Amino acid sequence: MDTVLARAGVWLAAILIAIVASAMAIDQPFAIQMIIVALAAFAGLCVTLSRTDYDAVARGILRAPADPGQYDDDPIRWGMIATVFWGMAGFLAGLYIALELAFPVLNFSEYVNFGRLRPLHTSAVIFAFGGNALIATSFYVVQRTCRARLAFPGLARFVFWGYQLFIVLAASGYLLGITQGKEYAEPEWYTDWWLTIVWLSYAAVFVGTIVRRTEPHIYVANWFYLGFILTVAMLHVVNNLDVPVSFVGSRSFPLFGGVQGALVQWWYGHNAVGFFLTAGFLAMMYYFVPKQAERPIYSYRLSIIHFWALIFLYIWAGPHHLHYTALPDWAQTLGMVFSLMLWMPSWGGMINGLMTLNGAWDKVRTDPIIRMMVMALAFYGMATFEGPMMSIKSVNSLSHYTDWTIGHVHSGALGWNGMITFAAIYYLVPRLWQRERLYSLRWVNWHFWLATVGIVFYASSMWVAGITQGLMWREYGADGYLVNTFAETVAAVHPMFVLRAVGGLLYLTGGAIMAANVWLTIVGRLRDEVPMHQAAYDPEKDRPLTGGLARQLPARVTEQPGAEPAPQPILPAPELEPAE
Amino acid sequence: MSLHSTYEALRHFADSWALMAMTGLFGLLALWPFRPGASTRNEHAARMIFESDDHD
Repeated sequence: MDTVLARAGVWLAAILIAIVASAMAIDQPFAIQMIIVALAAFAGLCVTLSRTDYDAVARGILRAPADPGQYDDDPIRWGMIATVFWGMAGFLAGLYIALELAFPVLNFSEYVNFGRLRPLHTSAVIFAFGGNALIATSFYVVQRTCRARLAFPGLARFVFWGYQLFIVLAASGYLLGITQGKEYAEPEWYTDWWLTIVWLSYAAVFVGTIVRRTEPHIYVANWFYLGFILTVAMLHVVNNLDVPVSFVGSRSFPLFGGVQGALVQWWYGHNAVGFFLTAGFLAMMYYFVPKQAERPIYSYRLSIIHFWALIFLYIWAGPHHLHYTALPDWAQTLGMVFSLMLWMPSWGGMINGLMTLNGAWDKVRTDPIIRMMVMALAFYGMATFEGPMMSIKSVNSLSHYTDWTIGHVHSGALGWNGMITFAAIYYLVPRLWQRERLYSLRWVNWHFWLATVGIVFYASSMWVAGITQGLMWREYGADGYLVNTFAETVAAVHPMFVLRAVGGLLYLTGGAIMAANVWLTIVGRLRDEVPMHQAAYDPEKDRPLTGGLARQLPARVTEQPGAEPAPQPILPAPELEPAE
Repeated sequence: MSLHSTYEALRHFADSWALMAMTGLFGLLALWPFRPGASTRNEHAARMIFESDDHD
């Protein structure tokens, strides 16, 4: 009862502080954000009190221990639902802003204009969809590979709900016009501080679980997750060293200014790509691809080299976002060279993932989840080739500030991050809810094709648009003046913008099919459908060649029985090859 | 030390000793799984995720 009182007291204090901050706010958006915080704390208070009545007291009387033989999967289940929900929200926002670019009339209010919805879209897909997927899968993988329950169950629940509050604060802040104007780091100081608390708690749960492990070796997926968690903590804190104008206001000023600030921002920005969107999702790849393929990773050694090479190289690649700016030339070249070097370990990792299917390639035909994983790895390879190429200064002089960059980011995000996350969701949901299988594997196949065709529309239209823009912007006439006005370049790429929105619509439709599939699986329904693949079986032919039947068969078989090699049975599954 | 010479000193340290140290550390870490006797450990690590039905 004491703990309940103490907890209720903490919630009440949080409500009080938020209300006071809201009342004293020097700007209206901050006041609204604090009301959201107060509402979240009120929800926490209600849950604390209702749990008192039904759950916690009963457990206290019964002294019912949490079964140590079972893994702690509740936060992972919530994380799956949150991933699907935020994914749909993020894809929808993306489609809407794509349509806004093609049809500017859709910017009818400041709350839904492109400038405010664009960070909403990027944060929703990267931090809400991707972040929830990373947190949920990391909790799943670390428990299985360490054979230990989550270290701090209460803190793990705080991480989940605290992260959702971060997302709501960030997203509502964008709509209210709150931003610090740094790409992928738009939330203001108080949201940053909150995320820091949540993230350190996340690190504590993850590291604590590794410390508690009963398996001596730390599986390589955990290395990637740990690299992701620790690096993101460092990046987030350094890039958000700000001084608030007021503790009851939403504005702050960064510690670093000018070109130093730009360098810190892109050191953060590119490592958000390198450690959030690459290392974290590679951790998923190194666990779920071998599990779904039922084969160990092609080369464990290669996975370790992949890990260290990414850790050592990615951190230097950020300056390629600042080619031809005030950044010193040597720093630009450094960023370019390290980006080029990244190509090799990235392809090493892609090959490692793809070759895991060595000897089981038929699964690409028969298992749509494997198919998604293969497509994810293929896009990982394509994006990690395109990226280094675009970081070359002479290429960058054409591609930078054009839609080519947008296309590149989306072939990585939709192809690699999206596909590997969908595959992980499809792998996890039946297991987490203890269902026989997914509601429908054929729907997974539909999702796969809709997403793939959507990405093709997206990437190809943005290549055309980007190169068109780049060439039109740099075109000089004989008199030394630019040939094209900016508005002319916008008009020239309009059809490409429409095609891009078509691609986004296809991708969103695939996501909707996934949401329905996941929901029906959770509800416990199974679609009555023809399996994706069954070996052909004809009972009429399943009998020895004797008597009349043998004579009826084609002459080729009956007349030269000795010339034909004995019919081979279906090849036995090859032995799992030892990792090097 | 003036601000400029601090910058120069750090910059030269970064592209000499620090670069060598990091390259060396990377080489060690990358070669570590190739040390004699590591293949059985690697093999075990790669198969570890299949050792038991680890769902529940």
